Amino acid sequence: MDLSLIIMQLLSGIALGAVLVITALGLTIVFGMLGVVNFAHGALFMIGAYAGLYLASLTGSFWWGLLLAPILIGAFGMLIEFVLIRRLYGRSIDDPLLLTFGLSYILVEGVRIVFGSDGIPFPTPPQLIGVLDLGIGFFPRYRLFVIMLVAVVLLVLWLTLEKTRVGLIVRAGARDPTIMQVLGVDIGRVWLAIFGLGVGLAALGGVLAGPMRSVNPEMGSLVLAEAFVVTVIGGLGSIVGAVVAGLMVGISISMVALFAPEMATIVMFALMAVVLLIRPQGLFGVRGRTA
Amino acid sequence: MPRSGSTPKITRRTALAGLSASAALLAMPRLGRAADETIRIGFPTPLTGPFAAEARDQVKCAELAVKLVNDKGGIAGRKVELLVRDDKLNAGEAATRTLELIEKDKVHAVVGALSSAVQLAVNEVTRARGVIYVSISQSDTINEAKDFSKYTFHEALNPHMTTSAVARQTLKKGMKVAHLVADYAYGHEMLRGFKRAQAAIGADNVGEILHPFGAADYSTFMPRLMSMRPDVLCISNFGRDQANAIKQAVDFGVKQQMKIVVPVILHNQRLAVGPDVFEGVVGGANYYWGLETQSKSASSFNTAFKAANGGAIPTDYGAYGYSGVGSLLAAMQAAGGTDTDKVVDALEKLQYDLTKGPQHYRKCDHQSVQSVLVLESKKKSAMAGENDLFAILANDAGSDDMLRSCSELGHAT
Repeated sequence: MDLSLIIMQLLSGIALGAVLVITALGLTIVFGMLGVVNFAHGALFMIGAYAGLYLASLTGSFWWGLLLAPILIGAFGMLIEFVLIRRLYGRSIDDPLLLTFGLSYILVEGVRIVFGSDGIPFPTPPQLIGVLDLGIGFFPRYRLFVIMLVAVVLLVLWLTLEKTRVGLIVRAGARDPTIMQVLGVDIGRVWLAIFGLGVGLAALGGVLAGPMRSVNPEMGSLVLAEAFVVTVIGGLGSIVGAVVAGLMVGISISMVALFAPEMATIVMFALMAVVLLIRPQGLFGVRGRTA
Repeated sequence: MPRSGSTPKITRRTALAGLSASAALLAMPRLGRAADETIRIGFPTPLTGPFAAEARDQVKCAELAVKLVNDKGGIAGRKVELLVRDDKLNAGEAATRTLELIEKDKVHAVVGALSSAVQLAVNEVTRARGVIYVSISQSDTINEAKDFSKYTFHEALNPHMTTSAVARQTLKKGMKVAHLVADYAYGHEMLRGFKRAQAAIGADNVGEILHPFGAADYSTFMPRLMSMRPDVLCISNFGRDQANAIKQAVDFGVKQQMKIVVPVILHNQRLAVGPDVFEGVVGGANYYWGLETQSKSASSFNTAFKAANGGAIPTDYGAYGYSGVGSLLAAMQAAGGTDTDKVVDALEKLQYDLTKGPQHYRKCDHQSVQSVLVLESKKKSAMAGENDLFAILANDAGSDDMLRSCSELGHAT
């Protein structure tokens, strides 16, 4: 097996991992900070893809879709938090789980009614069509762009959470909301923002995935399963965990595809099983945090 | 944390009781109906899941076939009713639904299923209960003696006839061929068909990759497929898998190096990813609306479908729904009712022409002998209208030579 093929395979693994990271990130942030297991995450990913497509065709540019869809769907996420989820804080963890589970059905069915259940074409932006010659092989420009964009988003997210005052409040709020309230922070607004951020990231993942896959109402269900696997491997609530696990899963799938392609999907679940056996809390999870 | 109050529980319980009461009310007319003389056709199909688009077209066309018969007064004065059930593309679900259709709804025959694996599960149930089943999705296995019964009919093309027609148009002696194949019955049968055709033509197999069924990402298979340096890449999968696999192959620049060939080129998937992605892709089909310029039956089928569906055009897998139900109803018409043995006999003798030219069920395996189309997806600039998707490369008239011989399939000759 020659080296250039293995490097190309590694690169496809990283590109695949990048989309996994973005989708798992929103799931893990919302769980880590709000304790809400968002089962509508996959549906919101799908809604993001449709919103991106709609906005792109409205404005005539993919880039507006990419920018506006996560903001718009993020705002929709805030509405969901404000109207529905907020009422369930302090209750057992399965209440918001059931709520979002039901919500995902409503969203998928809603899209079926509005846009039909057939797939819709999502054209690749003209600037990113085609392949780039890397010397050892060809790689789609769009996938290279996805890798870079995800890296930028991660950097911005990390800087915001670690280096800004807002990030400090968010992290402290996740640790001990009561003390934050005593200190005069409106914790409700923090929760609102975090849920919006998580949903916005799901929508961003959807828009990014659009040009790579066909856009259809069921596209989120597989993504939800993948995002959960990544989140569990990385450790529920851990952002670093989601990033490491996302790339790990992407690269594992890709490398297994090289030797035993029919096993490509199973490897993700096998990896999860192994991690759970050795480190039940996940790679970067905190022991004792119960789901 | 204590749960807040018991009020919601009571309302939920009340609601549940109300729901089940109304469900019972809804079920009552069905009990009454079972006694009357309506002819009931069970129709399991995957309304949800990756083949949903094709399944919905099957239902529309099956309903059209029923409507046309009812408009003419039914069969021997009896109205026909189609009972559609969602099999969720799952063999177990399909078997359960089929059993319900037979035991509870007392259907007189079953038509449907849209996966090579699911149809075998339906066939298991129907043949054990001696109910006629007309399968409308591709399978070679269902023709073979071990899965066959006198109640089993196969209206769809089979992988053997499809792949040999496609291979004849696309492969030449000495060409290198690689395969990307969905890892389940359909993919395996198509691969087997292509390899047999390849060997006959003298093309070389340079490699095959099996992918998990229902995968969303195919990027990880592309570097290896490209490193095989084939002239032709055969992608044998179905539904959304076809759209995703072709789209991602094109993203990786596959089309610059090789031709993409599929056993069955799907109307709905071509619509789902657009003309640029599918441009130049060649594949087989049982039906394409553009056949109306060559065939009178295609033209009248299109007209009837348009009239019933607000001007929409029928698709490939939709046409199976029409001809599957249509041929069964024609046989019931000839048999003067629903007596199973008489209808089986009538189906074996039937010569029908519903969508594209003459068809008949071969005596030994009940495979429908019919024409096979080979289509090429058109360039956007070459399309005369939004429905002008494909150019017809070949329209091979049906003949017994297209099929594997009865003795090869294990039938007594």
